[in-house]
Amino acid sequence: MSRFRKDEKPKVPGINTGSMSDIIFMFLFFFMVITTIRETTLFVKIRVPMATEVQKLEKKALVSYIYIGKPTNTIYGVEPRIQLNDVFAMPTDIAEFVFVEKTGRSEQDRPFITFALKVDEETKMGVVTDVKQELRYASAFKINYSTRKGDFFRSE
Amino acid sequence: MARKTPELNTSSMADISFLLLTFFLLTSSINTDLGINRLLPPPLIPTEIPPDIKIKKRNIFVVLINTYDQLLVRNRPGDIRTLRKEVKLFVKNELNDPNLSEKDESINIPHIGAYQVSKGIVSLQNDRGTSYKMYIQVQNELTAAFNELRDELSMEKFGAKYEDLKNVEYQKSIRTAIPLKISEAEPKDVGGKK
Repeated sequence: MSRFRKDEKPKVPGINTGSMSDIIFMFLFFFMVITTIRETTLFVKIRVPMATEVQKLEKKALVSYIYIGKPTNTIYGVEPRIQLNDVFAMPTDIAEFVFVEKTGRSEQDRPFITFALKVDEETKMGVVTDVKQELRYASAFKINYSTRKGDFFRSE
Repeated sequence: MARKTPELNTSSMADISFLLLTFFLLTSSINTDLGINRLLPPPLIPTEIPPDIKIKKRNIFVVLINTYDQLLVRNRPGDIRTLRKEVKLFVKNELNDPNLSEKDESINIPHIGAYQVSKGIVSLQNDRGTSYKMYIQVQNELTAAFNELRDELSMEKFGAKYEDLKNVEYQKSIRTAIPLKISEAEPKDVGGKK
């Protein structure tokens, strides 16, 4: 009988980890494709207010951003400032900004450009109103108030 | 006899790619831009006198926000918590209250049938000193009121919420029946610079 017994214990075959890296790389590429690294560095502190009736901003290519908030660096003051692309701006610069943004898009896309206002919740409406008036005079009528999703009654 | 090439140890490859993965996970954010969409009105032309549009007082629902973020709703101090309900009552006006909005003559809307569209307009005016947070809250409540009305009508007619309607035509009909009428008055500077 003993001649059928094996001498060593049965070995568990090692798991081949060679394909593991492939799977992880796949994950990596997936995340790289679906995410975008923010192109503009923000010079202003922005915490957008909460709202429940939000809509998704569709067609990212047709959205231009206007940032309003207190500068993160106090050498630029403590009053809310407007940031367009990479620079601080005055409300009077909006018209030029709108023009540049419009000329950057193809002609059939131009009526659909949305200007997303990313405004800090602590900001007073005065500066926002100025921006809105400038947008009106520059014929940029489609705007979007950026918000977070959430109920402000419950979070108070 | 040819020498055997030693196999490359690839077990650390997984570690490296995990590292890259976590780096990208941490540094990037999935762009979920949400917000409230609005259409601005065309600018007033200074040389032209704006046309005097006569709107009956009962058809306007005036909401004012002052520099201290207080509300004045139809000449009475208002509360943000009841604003949504008040707007809904005003636009719907089921009991034909003479103080609330009038209704248009019955028109035939495709898929819905005869419907009397409300003549009510919500007018919003804020001060330069109003906080943006309060302004968005009010805008949100006004939008919510209209969205709820749309949902109610949509449930009644099509058995689904307005957002969930698959047919674009149905959505269009609902929009015709309950248009989003929020008008923003030219801003004021009453509170002054502070």
